[in-house]
Order: sequence, then C-alpha cells, then structure tokens
Amino acid sequence: MTAGAMTAEPAPAVRLEALRHRYGDTVALDRVALDLPAGRTVGFIGPDGVGKSTLLALVAGARKIQSGAVTALGGDMADPRHRRRVCPRIAYMPQGLGKNLYMDLTVFENLEFFGRLFGQDRKERHERITDLLRSTGLDPFPDRPAGKLSGGMKQKLGLCCALIHDPDLLILDEPTTGVDPLSRRQFWDLIDRIRRQRPDMGVLVATAYMDEAERFDFLVAMNDGAILATGSPAQIKARVGAETLEEAFIALLPEDERRGHRNLTIQPSRDHGGPPAIVAEGLTRRFGDFTAVDRVSFEIERGEIFGFLGSNGCGKTTTMKVLTGLLPASEGKAWLFGEETKAHDLETRKRVGYMSQAFSLYAELTVQQNLDLHARLFHLPRQSIPGRIEELLERFGLTVYAEVLAATLPLGVRQRLSLAVATIHEPEMLILDEPTSGVDPIARDSFWELLIDLSRNQGVTIFISTHFMNEAMRCDRISLMHAGQVLASDTPAALVRQCGAETLEEAFIAYLQKATGQEASGQQTNGRTAADAKHRPAVPPSRTHNPSQSTTQWFSSRRLLAYSLRESMELLRDPIRLTVALLGTAFLMLVFGYGISFDVEDLTYAVLDRDRTPESRSYLEGLAGSRYFLEQPALATHREMDHRLKSGEIALAIEIPPGFGKDLLQGRTPEVAAWIDGSMPFAAETTRGYLEGLHQHYLIELSRRNHGEDPVFLPAEIESRYRYNQDFKSLFAMVPTVIALMLVFIPAILMALGVVREKELGSITNLYVTPVSRLEFLFGKQLPYIALGMINFFLMCALAVFLFGVPVSGSFLALSFGALLYVTATTGLGLFISSFTKTQIAALFATAIATTVPAVMFSGMMQPVASLDGSAAVIGQGFPTGYFMTISVGTFTKALGFADLYRDFLALAAFIPILTILSMLLLNKQER
Amino acid sequence: MRRLENIYRLGVKELFSLRRDTVLLALIVWAFSFAVYTAATGMSHELKNGAIAIVDEDRSQLSARFREAFLPPYFKEPKLISFREIDPGMDSGRYTFVLVIPHGFQADVLAGRRPALQVNIDATAMMQAGIGDGYITNILAQEINTFLGTPTTAYPVELKARYAFNPNITSAWFTSVTEIINNVTMLAIVLTGAALIREREHGTIEHLLVMPLTPIEIMVAKVWANGLVILFASGLSLWLVVETLLQVPIAGSKALFLAGTGLYLFFATALGIFLATIARSMPQFGLLFMMVFLPMNLLSGGETPIESQPALLQAIMQAVPSTHFVSFAQAILYRGAGIDIVWPQFALVTVIGSLFFAFAAARFRRSIAVMRS
Repeated sequence: MTAGAMTAEPAPAVRLEALRHRYGDTVALDRVALDLPAGRTVGFIGPDGVGKSTLLALVAGARKIQSGAVTALGGDMADPRHRRRVCPRIAYMPQGLGKNLYMDLTVFENLEFFGRLFGQDRKERHERITDLLRSTGLDPFPDRPAGKLSGGMKQKLGLCCALIHDPDLLILDEPTTGVDPLSRRQFWDLIDRIRRQRPDMGVLVATAYMDEAERFDFLVAMNDGAILATGSPAQIKARVGAETLEEAFIALLPEDERRGHRNLTIQPSRDHGGPPAIVAEGLTRRFGDFTAVDRVSFEIERGEIFGFLGSNGCGKTTTMKVLTGLLPASEGKAWLFGEETKAHDLETRKRVGYMSQAFSLYAELTVQQNLDLHARLFHLPRQSIPGRIEELLERFGLTVYAEVLAATLPLGVRQRLSLAVATIHEPEMLILDEPTSGVDPIARDSFWELLIDLSRNQGVTIFISTHFMNEAMRCDRISLMHAGQVLASDTPAALVRQCGAETLEEAFIAYLQKATGQEASGQQTNGRTAADAKHRPAVPPSRTHNPSQSTTQWFSSRRLLAYSLRESMELLRDPIRLTVALLGTAFLMLVFGYGISFDVEDLTYAVLDRDRTPESRSYLEGLAGSRYFLEQPALATHREMDHRLKSGEIALAIEIPPGFGKDLLQGRTPEVAAWIDGSMPFAAETTRGYLEGLHQHYLIELSRRNHGEDPVFLPAEIESRYRYNQDFKSLFAMVPTVIALMLVFIPAILMALGVVREKELGSITNLYVTPVSRLEFLFGKQLPYIALGMINFFLMCALAVFLFGVPVSGSFLALSFGALLYVTATTGLGLFISSFTKTQIAALFATAIATTVPAVMFSGMMQPVASLDGSAAVIGQGFPTGYFMTISVGTFTKALGFADLYRDFLALAAFIPILTILSMLLLNKQER
Repeated sequence: MRRLENIYRLGVKELFSLRRDTVLLALIVWAFSFAVYTAATGMSHELKNGAIAIVDEDRSQLSARFREAFLPPYFKEPKLISFREIDPGMDSGRYTFVLVIPHGFQADVLAGRRPALQVNIDATAMMQAGIGDGYITNILAQEINTFLGTPTTAYPVELKARYAFNPNITSAWFTSVTEIINNVTMLAIVLTGAALIREREHGTIEHLLVMPLTPIEIMVAKVWANGLVILFASGLSLWLVVETLLQVPIAGSKALFLAGTGLYLFFATALGIFLATIARSMPQFGLLFMMVFLPMNLLSGGETPIESQPALLQAIMQAVPSTHFVSFAQAILYRGAGIDIVWPQFALVTVIGSLFFAFAAARFRRSIAVMRS
C-alpha cells in the first residue's frame, strides 16, 4: 500500500511447499506450493470449505503439518523450537466471531489475559491496553463482557488481543464475516493505519467478501484445496477479463463447476392483490434491559421478495422469530395474511415455511429421512408423499444425495435441503434467515434461482435476511437494519439514489453513519466513525521490548497465573458450576452421612406362634424388647408368611412349633424356625447375627431361672474388641470415607470440564499460538481447582465435626496435608481424562465412571484394601483414593499422625508427577 | 389421531438420533453390561478374604489349631505377628482382625479356668467387622470343643435360621439386579435430558416449533422413544447378563417387572426433561444430574435398607417414586412377588409419576417460550 512496499520485492515471508492436509477422507489442501511476499496484505479468497482456514492455521502453527513444508519468519514451522521462537512474533485470529476470546470476561480482562501470556508486566500491559482500546474505539466499554459485544466490536477486540504483542505477521481468518459494512470498513481502515506505522508487518487475511479483497495487495484465489490464481486484484481481473472479482472468481473455476451457472435475471413482481402478506406495526422485543428489536414497522406484499440487510445481532433474526410466532413481541403487532400472529397458532404455521440461521435439520438423518419426517409432520396425504419427495429431490438437485446423512453434506447442499424442507408443504410464505451465509458464489446463485422461481412462478412471498449486498440488490424491496431499528426501507435502487451513493454498500454506510452519529454518546454505538478515529494514532508506537527474555523462557509463572486467574473468573461467573463446585460436596456429604447406614435397625418381623403357651411367649419377649427389631401383627398361616415376606413388609418371620412349651419343659429340645429375607445379603447376615445373640441371651436367662446360674457353653471366653469405633456406629466410618470419595469425584469432573470446554468453544487455540507451554497451561488451570478442592475439604471437615459429631482424633495438619496431595492428584486425574476426551459430555461421563468405580469398589469403602486380590487389588493400588482413605480414616478415627502414615503420603505424592507427565504427553500443542 | 401420528413420527426420529450419538450409546452398553457384571463379581457383601493376624503367645497344640482354622475364601491366610505389631498393623489397615492368644491358654482351658481370647476388630471396616466377628467366634468355639472332644453343648432350645429367597445369600444375586434397577433411573434421566439439550444446542427444537406441533407432543415423543430403549436394554440385560452370564435365578416375572418399569419411566424421563429445562448446557445438565441422581439412588432403598435412615428422610423419600420402584422391583425380582402383592407400589408410582409428568410438561412449555430467545 505504501509506495516503498510496492516497489521493492522483498524475500517471501512465507513459503509453502507441497502442502497437503486431509480430514479423514476429505482433502482440505492438495499439494499447495506458494510464496507469499513479506510486508504486504495478502488475501485468500474463495468460498467456505476450500482450505483457506486450514492453510492459515498451518502457517500460524496452530495446526500440525501432515505433509509438505511451511517456512515462516525464516524457519521451518514443523520444528517445535522454531515455533516457540517465532510464536511471539505471530498473531493469529481464528475464524468465528470472537473465537479466541472469553465471553464471560470483560474487554479489559480479555486483553489483560493476552498481555500476561506474552509476559508483559502490569505497567506495560496497561499502557498498551489503553492505547489499543482508544485506537479501536472500544475505550468506552472496558468493563463490558465480551459475550455482550456486537459482532463488529468482538472482532475489534479480537484484533486488539492479537496486536497486544506487536506481531510481525498478522493472520486473520475471515475477520469480518457477519459484521456490518460500517464496522467492516472501520476494521480495514484500522489495519491500514497499523500497516502504515509498521510497514514491515505482513498480514494474511482470508475473506468470503470479494469486494473487500479489492483493497488487498496480493490475492490467492482458492477452490477445492488448490490454488486457482495468484496476483494483485487487477492482475486477476485482467486475466479473465472480468469487471469484478466475483465474476473473475467464477470465471476461474473449472468448467464442470461453472456449468449451469448463468447471470440471474429477475422479472418484476406481479401484483397478486389481496391484503399484504405481512404487516408489522411498531414491533418491539426486549430481552431483559436489552432491546433487540425497536419499533419496527413494514409491509410485505404477496409474491414479493423482501430483504432485511444488516449485521449480526442487529435484530433481523429476532424480528423473523416474532413473525413466525417463535417469540412473543414485547410491544406492537404483526399480521400474517391479514390475521394477527399468535404464539401457538398451528393453522398459520402450515402456511409458512421457515429456515433458521443455523442449519437446523437433523444431521443424523439422511436427506430422504429428513424430507419424509417433515412431510409426515405436516400431514401431507400419505399417498402423495413419495411423489412430493421425488419432486423436491429433483427440483433442488438433491437426488444424488438422497441417502446421504445430512451431517456430511457440503454447506451449499445443506442449504438447498433446508429450503426443500421449508417448502415441502407448499407454503404461501417463506421466512429465510441468512440462508446463504458461508455458501460459495455459485451455490448462492443457484439457491437464488430457486427462490426467484418460487416467487415469480408460484406467487410465494419471500422474506429473506442477508448480509450480502449483491443479494440485497435482487430483492424487490429491502429494509436496512441496525441496532434493532429499521434505518430505511425501499427498493434497492431508490435507496442508492436517495443517498447519492454509487453502490448499496455505500448507501448503507451512509445510513449507518447518520444513525450512529445521532447516538454517538449512546451505549449502542458500535465504535467511532472513521473520521473521528483518524485523529488518533492507530496503534501505540512500537516499544523496544525484548521478546527473547520474557516470552521465550521455558517456564513463566506469569503465564501460568494468567490461566489460573482467568479460570477462576470464569468459574465465578457460572452460577451452576460454582454452586456445584462449592456446595456440591457438602450437599452430597449430608445425603451420604444421613442416608447411607450399615447399621441395621428397626427390622420388621412377625411371629407365627403355633404354641401359644407362657414358654413360647417368654421366648418371644426377648425379640420384642430388642431395639433392633420391630414387631408387626402376628401371622396366622404359612401362606400369609410367604405373602408378607415377599412383599417386603417383614424381613424376618419366626415360627414357634406346636408343643414348644411342653417339649421345653420335658427337655426334648424344641426347634424354633426363623426365615430371614435374604434378598439383601448384608442386611440378612446382620439380622441373623442379632437373632442368634438374642437366642443366646434367652438361653442364659433360662438357665438362670431354672438353675440359678449362668450356663457354661464354652470353657474359654472370647472377647471381641471393636477398635477405633467402640459403638460400631457406621457414621464414624462413613464420614471420613465420604470425604475421600467426594474429593475425587467433584474436583476431577470440574477439572476435566474446564479443559474440554476450551476445546469445544475454540479458545484452546490460544494454547496453540501463544508462548504458553503445556505445563503452564495445565498447572495454571489446575490451581483454582486445587484451591476449590481444599475449600470443599475444610467445609466437609466442619460438617463432620460440628454436625455429625465425628471429631478428628489424630493430626489435623496431617489430614489437611494429605488432602492437598490428594486433591492435586484427583484434579490431575481430571486433566488426564480431559486430554483425550473431545466433548464436555463425554468428559463428564468418562470422569464420573472412571472415578466412581475404583473409588467406591476398590479403595476400601466396601471392602478393606487388604482383603482385595487379583485385578481389584491392582486397580485399588493404582488409584489415589485408597491411600487418602487410609489417611482420612486414620486421622479421624485412629488418632494417627504424619509418622504413622508416611507411606500413604509418599504414594499420593507419586501420583502427581505421573499424572502431570501423562497429561502433558497427551495434550497437543497443535491441532491435528 | 394426528397428535398420535406426530408423536409416533417424532419418536422414531428420536431413535435415529440416538443411534448416531456414540457417547450415549456407549453409556447404555456400558451401564447394562460391564457395570452390571463388575457390580456382581467385583464387590462382595459377604466376608471374603478377611485380613487376619494372630498373636500367638501360647504356642500350644490348641493355638496351632486356631492358626489352621481360618480358611479361604472367608479369610486370607493368617499372619503370625508379635504383640508390638498389632497397633501399626491395624492402624495402617493391613489387618482387619487380630486374634490374641494369651500365654498358657491351653493349660487354662484344660484346667477349667475359662481363659479369655481377645479378638481385635477394626470397626471402621463397616462391611466386614460385624460379620467377621460372628465367624471368628464360631470358628474358635468349634475348635475348642473339637479339641476337648466334647460334643457341641446341647441347648434346651435350638434356633434354626434359614434365608428365604437367597439361601446362600450370594451377594451377586443382589448386586447385579440392583445395578439394573439403578441404571433404569440413571439412563432415563440422561437420555431424555440429553435428547432435549441436543435439540436445543443444534437449533432443531426451534425448527419443530414453527411446525404444526405442540410442545407436549415433542415431549411425549421423547419419553416413549427413550423409555422404550431403556425397557429393551434392561430386559436384555436381565436375560443375557444376569440370568445367562451370571447364572442368577430371577424369582419373579420379568414381564411384570418391565411393566412396572414402564410406569416408573414416566416419572424418570419427566425428571430428565425437567432438569434439561433448568440447565443451559450439557455440562450443567451433567452436574445437576449428579446432584439429583446420586441422592435419589442412595436413598431409595436399593443400596442400603431404607429403615435405617432418619425418620424425616424416610418420610421425604416416600414421596419419591424411585423408592416405590426399588421396592416393587426387589419384591418381584428377588422374592417372586406377583401383582397381588406389588399393586400398591404400582399405583403409587403411577400417581406420583403422572403428577410430576404434568408438572414437567408445564415447565417444558414455559421453558420453550424462554428458549425462543
């Protein structure tokens, strides 16, 4: 752009050689070889899915190179040492609005996080953040959470985060997709100003907007994993003799992909008469204190194609949802076909077809199944369904895909399927929310052909939203939307004329400037106007900072703490996670403590006394007086005994045989029969023990009564001494055990979720492209959870001592130290599991299963570890819970201290480095 | 009629979606096969491999008999230790039981001086301590009597105790079936809840709502489809894993159990829907699930007898259908009860389940209004 950069041809900044990349069977890049000039803005153009993102991620070092070579900033990007050296000089902004940002953190906190990752101290960080915010017009909103920013602002914040360390190579993947034209223009002006101040900085940009590409120095046109052409925009257009880049791109495509493509012609819409298809009057929709749609009014005639043009989050989608009845309006009214819309009106729904913004069909069904399901849900006559599906498959070019799963369809085909589904019941009106986002130009044109056919030949009213200007030009009339309001509404040509602009984009920008100018002081401002921003320096003048010292050192506690701090802030802002993390263990401990009891009490029993003598009653007295047994109404028959045992009403039945009293008096040794419900073996054995005890007691009493002395059953005494828990109350054993159980369960799950969440949301990219090392990342994320685990531990100890009355008889310090080691090990376990699970739900279940089974079954809760053998013993010893259980039970009930338990401390400590190393090995520093 | 057809179509779709969800499928398979198997074989409620040590200060013929008397599978081979080793051994949990035979024990027995044997029991090993105590006392008494050549004393009254339904009180009979009962509740909540959240995350629920369908149809479709999967899986698991693989006899009618489970599933699946309307994302749902399922599972009487809970807790649990579900499932499967016995529980499960179902349906309708944002 500057004259100097244009004349001198510098050596290539990036060189790609025979670069190949595939995802499963899909080839994303097919032997790409390319030299990219240094110090230029290089644009990659082409539709979605042609390999642009893959190429940029490979150059940035975010993705692992499969085959071929990438040389960037003078080194091989496959070499980890080179990547570590140059990563502070590269900035990478992945695709998707705010993909590398943390939505729960504020603007300022996001920037602070990135500043810390690049080793900046507080003073430097704050200076840079202040400068960046001012130059991007974000300075009024440092405390707004990133999730609440508009699309344009998110991208500006993303850019600020990328620029915080003065990179030499800036890689932007579709930074302006879904952003309004004014913000887009401001974004590129900002990049230009930065480039002017730092002419050595190279910029690589991918974009789907051809008009944007006109302003780049050098273009790479891509299709289907290969390069179609390279050169300046003028060169590319000249090569095929096209006027615009879009036309040039289509002309560059191979013959068979272009086939069937022709320039669209649109007949004027006919007047269908009747009331308007849609009337909206003063529609307003608020979410809390946020007004998404603000007094919107418009009318759409039958058979008309009516367009909504505006950025992401300007209220297009909300307006459409109100019209379909998905959302009730806060104020205002709307009429469809002359009838007022209501939220649950099934009849109107049959007259409308709706296609939502994201692909919302069942990805797990095939094309045919999706069509069939919807045909049946709309209750098309059964015999007409096959014919209708056939017709739609044919018309939308889906016949070859009929048996393909929707999940595996290319984007353009999916959109055609969505449209086919939306029209399956021959609706009179279609409401289409950004149906062509991310679709390539040819597929977009063929999609429009279908729309035009529906509108002009079948009289279907079409209400469509888009952010493509050339699509808006095809509508009969359009409304320009911004921040919930309709700025203007007319035919596209009239709008351009009224502004005296040349193109619709310029006209839109003019309207936007007028609107934002009026409310420049308001909260909704999307940024300063370009003119306003020009007076300030775009970017702080480059300071001399020495990257070799602060950012390339092997270990930095600042980067580690950056992750800890961020993780804590995110946790504090998620109410469900925080509640479970803080109070989950205490709640479960209450339940376990009060609920699980191995004390068998109040056993229900009934008696079948077929003797009914004073002797039999005397025998039964002992049972009736015992605190373990609870008598139920007496039994009359065996049948009744059977019935009541089966129903579980009684757990024990006693039968005294006829003649019991007589036999006893005559010394004939009568036999009392007892049936114990054996379905719960543990309880059954305990019951038997109690029963035998009572029987013995009866015999002693009998002997005392009859002979006046204690009987001698055995010539020796057997004294059972229950140690540690004299009353043999299960609470005393349960409480220390439950503490051990809870500290593996909850911390491990939360930890695993914490890491996998980053994978799912995409912010893991920051691990790939910033100097943070795996160890710093893992430990940094682990620290807050260790702290949480310790809070939980102290909370549970307090419950144990003050609520359950189970005192710590040994060394509390030893117990706490053991807990610290244990929580470090269990969170380490969570990290380990997270390193090979991809989705949060998988991580959750995998962790739950992997921790519960060994902790409950093989760590001494059910059976002492000493009596395990075989694989159970190996699992028990290879899992941390058993060791901590010994410490916990030992310090709580056995009055032990450090000296008695040193072996368990050593074993627990050994888990920490092992788990950390394993997690490090399994965690990739690059995406595969 | 149209409603029924909608519910049927949506339910079939639900089954297709489940087929593609590898995580949930793996969970179902794991829960009804490996989990049942390991629960049955891995954990034993009987005394098994009791870790015992003996301090023999007598070194007599009788004490030698004692040393030989503790046999597998109930006990591990006894370790001979010294008096000093008792405390560290029990402190570290190496020994659950320590028998101390005092000096001159045999002589004292023969002289009729009734010497004392001491059995130290680690009372923190709740599952083994009490039962082990009984075993050890019996074994010691038997050995002394045999040594003296005296027949077992004739008591004036004999007690003949038998175990009904599980004569050898094999714990696998109990644990395998308990695991299936637990899995029914767990999977009913997870499958329906996840099905709803999946639709919400993929935006497909929105798509259903613009069609001529009512929320109740959407919900009922999820309930029947996922309920059917669980019924099928638990039936299969009872037959293949419990009866065939583990050789556990099932006392009652499997059909009756499955019929009862069908009634209970109205409650359990509605609970899944209810939790899914509270959670904003899958992980939040998972955490909520843990907080609800674990207490329900532990307190419903499947793991430990409900009678030993505090009275207040027992009263609360009476209002939760899972308690009655566990109760009739145990009655049918362990004790062979028929419908004449379990009908009150069936009725309770149905009534409470329907009430909760209606509540969850209302909540689902309302949450959809919010979800539309």
